[in-house]
Amino acid sequence: MIRFLLKGLIRDRSRSLSPVLIVAAGAFLCVFLYGWIKGAMDDLISSTARFDTGHVKIMTRAYNNLSDQMPNDLALLGVGKLMDDLRASEKGITWMPRIRFGGLLDIPDEKGETREQAPVAGLAVDLLGPDSPEPEILNLKNALVRGKLFQKAGDILISEAFAHRLGVKIGETATLIGSTMNGGLAMHNFTVAGTVRFGIAALDRGAVIADIEDVRFALDMADGAGEIVGYSKEMHYDNNAMTALTKQFNKRFEQDKDEFAPIMLSLVDQYGLREYLDLANTFGAIIVTIFVMAMSIVLWNSGLMNGLRRYGEIGVRLALGEPKGTIYRRMILESIITGFIGSLLGTLAGLAITYYLQYVGIDFGNLMQKSTILMSNVIRTRVTGWSYVIGFIPGLGASVIGTMFAGIGIYRRQTSQLFKELEA
Amino acid sequence: MILVKTRNLLKCYPMGLRKLTALKDINLEFQRGEFCGLIGPSGSGKTTLLNIIGSLDVPSQGSVTVLDKKIEELSHVEAARLRRNHIGFIFQTYNLLLLYTAYENVEFPLLLIEMPEAKRKKKVMDALDWLGIADKADSRPAQLSGGESQRVAVARAIVKLPQLVLADEPTANLDAENSFNILEMMVKLNREINTTFIFATHDEKVIRYLRRKIHLVDGQVVKDEIVNQERGNPCRH
Ligand SMILES: Nc1ncnc2c1ncn2[C@@H]1O[C@H](COP(=O)(O)OP(=O)(O)OP(=O)(O)O)[C@@H](O)[C@H]1O
Ligand SMILES: [Mg+2]
Repeated sequence: MIRFLLKGLIRDRSRSLSPVLIVAAGAFLCVFLYGWIKGAMDDLISSTARFDTGHVKIMTRAYNNLSDQMPNDLALLGVGKLMDDLRASEKGITWMPRIRFGGLLDIPDEKGETREQAPVAGLAVDLLGPDSPEPEILNLKNALVRGKLFQKAGDILISEAFAHRLGVKIGETATLIGSTMNGGLAMHNFTVAGTVRFGIAALDRGAVIADIEDVRFALDMADGAGEIVGYSKEMHYDNNAMTALTKQFNKRFEQDKDEFAPIMLSLVDQYGLREYLDLANTFGAIIVTIFVMAMSIVLWNSGLMNGLRRYGEIGVRLALGEPKGTIYRRMILESIITGFIGSLLGTLAGLAITYYLQYVGIDFGNLMQKSTILMSNVIRTRVTGWSYVIGFIPGLGASVIGTMFAGIGIYRRQTSQLFKELEA
Repeated sequence: MILVKTRNLLKCYPMGLRKLTALKDINLEFQRGEFCGLIGPSGSGKTTLLNIIGSLDVPSQGSVTVLDKKIEELSHVEAARLRRNHIGFIFQTYNLLLLYTAYENVEFPLLLIEMPEAKRKKKVMDALDWLGIADKADSRPAQLSGGESQRVAVARAIVKLPQLVLADEPTANLDAENSFNILEMMVKLNREINTTFIFATHDEKVIRYLRRKIHLVDGQVVKDEIVNQERGNPCRH
């Protein structure tokens, strides 16, 4: 009997092929939209993560308490050893030391007298290390406006707007005036190698990017770093993993009462990003829910129409003595089969393209103005556990429910009535 | 042996605020092996009565007994069992399952009674043979002529050898030739295995074959006549 029914299902394209395709399309759209929104949410936090918070960040407790003042006198020391430890124990994470520094940038004239001077916010990262990931993390290549990226010690990049204000040209000297780790006066000459624009107001106003070794030297911070940032290898912030990592790390120093003991913060522990992320998640969930519901209505409807269309056939089967309950169950079984196959196909297609865009992304960099460079010139999607199931909600759930509703008509109507509809 | 019996059968349909009486005061008995018909103008209640006898519908009042089962008391499941095991239907519009071949259409009632495959196969082929359409076994309804379709429908109705066959205007869409063929086969079946036939019809071609004519007008029986066997046995002109 089942074979008999399957035969009918396969022969009737409008009952097999088209529902499968409709369901697949619906499921595909849900999976893809979900991945897109997830990806977009990642993007929102990614520049913060890249320029500041890392996925996790290690500082001294004291530094953490005053971190907005960039208190380099409270910076981590013995960074080399700490880095070695971290790299050995947390292989999945890329660890990078960084120093934030403030001070004045002084542009001398040919006599060595001050021509222009302005306060700067500096970020020192490993730029000259042989395979340092920092240039990529900071997206320097795309941000470069004039000049060249780093080539040698003593080079700096400064933001384009800032360079304009100071009237400094590529290749000119700029002197950083600041304070050393021990509170002494620090003066160091740099060469302006290039200018950059990130499209992030805070950075573009007055940022200097320098190599960490130069800054260590300038600020007398040998083997020191204000912070060590860690990134997962795929550059995706996974809150659960990072929270776990943070807990585990901090546990090691729990007993240590030293204010210079290291403390690890995850991305969401910084700047109230937890609330921000929660909000973004909520909005994302709302958008996806609305879409899934809309898709569900479409698929429910097609399930419903499919059921209604068959009242005639059902009338015949009833007349031949097939019980209503049996027919109803078989109709639902059919829609489960088509719904499942459709959802499966749609989900697979959705996952394929979502995965593809997660790793490859679509680069709109060439089409966009440089000013938005860091925000979303590359559209990336993201696959999560939900990606695997979300397509089944409208695909399987809604189309089966649609069929169930359509099938209720079988019970509500007199058998002879079903029959009249058939004869009409 | 009485196969079907109706007692004070009344059937009403709601029509807005009023009620439409489709059948009224129907008191009929049908014996096993009868070859009879409900005759009457359009709207006289023929289909309604046939549907109630076939347990596709229920009486509004009164009682209908079919094979010792009271139709008005049957559950969905029991009614389905009655139809499945004992009743064959033939319709004006054939009502074949369009997705299935002639063979599969005839096989369907046997699948419902869970007949084993080997036996099923033989029965289906016998029925198709008997109706002279064995060569059309693999054709779908869309590929069959009206006469062939109705023969498949007849084969489907009789393949399980039901006690009762209900035929609602079986020849309305057929020409004289095909009507004649179909009716001859039904007569033969009736004679050979004593299957009871109840028709609903206003087709003269059918009426000539009937051995009992029940005339309905406005939902009531106005005449119930037994036709003399000798005189009533028709022949083709
Ligand atoms: N489901 C229904 N709802 C309302 N009225 C109905 C319904 N079914 C039948 N009727 C009415 O009941 C009466 C009898 O209908 P029925 O179909 O039994 O007639 P019939 O004798 O078979 O006619 P025909 O020869 O045209 O097939 C008609 O007046 C018809 O309009
Ligand atoms: Mg009728």
